[in-house]
Amino acid sequence: MNPAPPLLSVRDVHKKFGDVEVLKGVSFDVRRGEVICIIGPSGSGKSTILRCINALVPIDSGSILVDGQEVNDPKLDKLALRRKVGMVFQQYNLFPHKTALQNVMMAPIHVLKQDKAEVEARAYRLMKKVRLEGKEQSYPGELSGGQQQRVAIARSLAMNPEIILFDEVTAALDPETVKEVLVTIRELAEDGMTCVLVTHEMGFAREVGDHIYFTDRGVIVEHGAPKEFFAQAQDPRTRQFLDQIL
Amino acid sequence: MKVLPVILRPAPAPWRAPVLDRRHGLFLALGLVLAVGAAEAQGAAAAHPSVLATLWRWTPLLMEGFVFNIAISLLAMAIGTVMGVLLGLGQVAPSAALRRVAWFLTQFFRNAPWLVLLFFAMFLLPFEVRVGGVTIPLPGWLKATIGFSLPVMANTAEIVRGAIQSIPFGQWEAAESLAFSRRRTLWMIILPQCVKRMLPPWMNLYSLVTMATVLASVVGVTEMLTLVSEVHAAEGGRAELLAPLYGYALICFFLYCYPIGRLTVHLERRFQVRI
Repeated sequence: MNPAPPLLSVRDVHKKFGDVEVLKGVSFDVRRGEVICIIGPSGSGKSTILRCINALVPIDSGSILVDGQEVNDPKLDKLALRRKVGMVFQQYNLFPHKTALQNVMMAPIHVLKQDKAEVEARAYRLMKKVRLEGKEQSYPGELSGGQQQRVAIARSLAMNPEIILFDEVTAALDPETVKEVLVTIRELAEDGMTCVLVTHEMGFAREVGDHIYFTDRGVIVEHGAPKEFFAQAQDPRTRQFLDQIL
Repeated sequence: MKVLPVILRPAPAPWRAPVLDRRHGLFLALGLVLAVGAAEAQGAAAAHPSVLATLWRWTPLLMEGFVFNIAISLLAMAIGTVMGVLLGLGQVAPSAALRRVAWFLTQFFRNAPWLVLLFFAMFLLPFEVRVGGVTIPLPGWLKATIGFSLPVMANTAEIVRGAIQSIPFGQWEAAESLAFSRRRTLWMIILPQCVKRMLPPWMNLYSLVTMATVLASVVGVTEMLTLVSEVHAAEGGRAELLAPLYGYALICFFLYCYPIGRLTVHLERRFQVRI
């Protein structure tokens, strides 16, 4: 239906850590503006998929195309790739010696060499967007987990990425702060940002996801649009997982 | 009531480098007073000038020596720190060969007695070096300083390596995902977080170096301890002057190193809470 090529195309990706085969031939596509959710039991390779997409982890075989650029290429310009692909981590990983605003500004100024005044204005806008107006000068240690995670989202947005990878971004949060982070992500999705979410928040996946992928032991067992996926998953492994979670 | 045989072993206290504390200073001062008093009593009988007057008379010379000790310690620390930071970075370099060389150098100089390194520096370094057409003399004190800078280098390298490795891996990953290069990550994100952690052990190291500078007297550098023994000889080698003179040197070092030790402990406590 959609004539444009996918923004992200993962084809038959294999990855071993030592003797353990973590990914055994994973394939999926993500179109521009789409939100896909990857769910599955722990240790099924969900986080590894994300780390492969922005080349934090090299893959053994297969192909990952990001906006036409092959990630599995020894001559890959990693810096160019990472400008297109943002990532938000479970443990936020903010830089503790910098203020929230500086965390957001650092990469555009020092990596992209953009004008400082322009970046600063954008950083203030992004802090407002993630509803942290007034917290610009706070250090990460002075913010709650949910606030830190939203700074991390703003930091990733400051690079103007084409796609953002979310690696279980609410897993380390208190239940009451999970919602504020999910609201921020939903707003991004509504703005048309392409998102790949690894998540345990099934309700959220059903609500914002355009497509759900279920992984188990290094393969994608089943996938589909959220409505059908959650209502009538076919594979017994998916059923069992959903029964435990829902 | 039945008592369950539960053996509760207290957790072993973390090892701490010995730090000078106030009691040591008190002991030193007390010792000096006693020594001076005893010498005073003996001197009075033999109609020698008072011990305090003797100490006072030689103070300018002894202070000159002490300042020399401080200068050697500062210079050795500066040279050793620069080399040590490089060596520490070498230990976490991406190149395995570089890592191995840096590791070997660090272990070698960290596990060698300081006095042996001092002898090596004194006897292996030439008395002058030619750089281009310029001849730079290497006097004994400078060679000794280089000798002291070697263990400083190795210990600093370990401090740097330990601090870098104590930073959570997520910091590297986050920087990498923001397109920071490895070098920029190190300088802008990792090392600034290391400074806090490195400062207390590094200051402790400085205290140790300062106290070790008296070893230079063994290889003929005219620092405070050498002068103390010369002063003693000049005063006729009277036995009752030994304790006051050497006690005087002890007090000088204590007064210099004690505040550094206190500051180190203070910083350690402050940083512990913050991180």
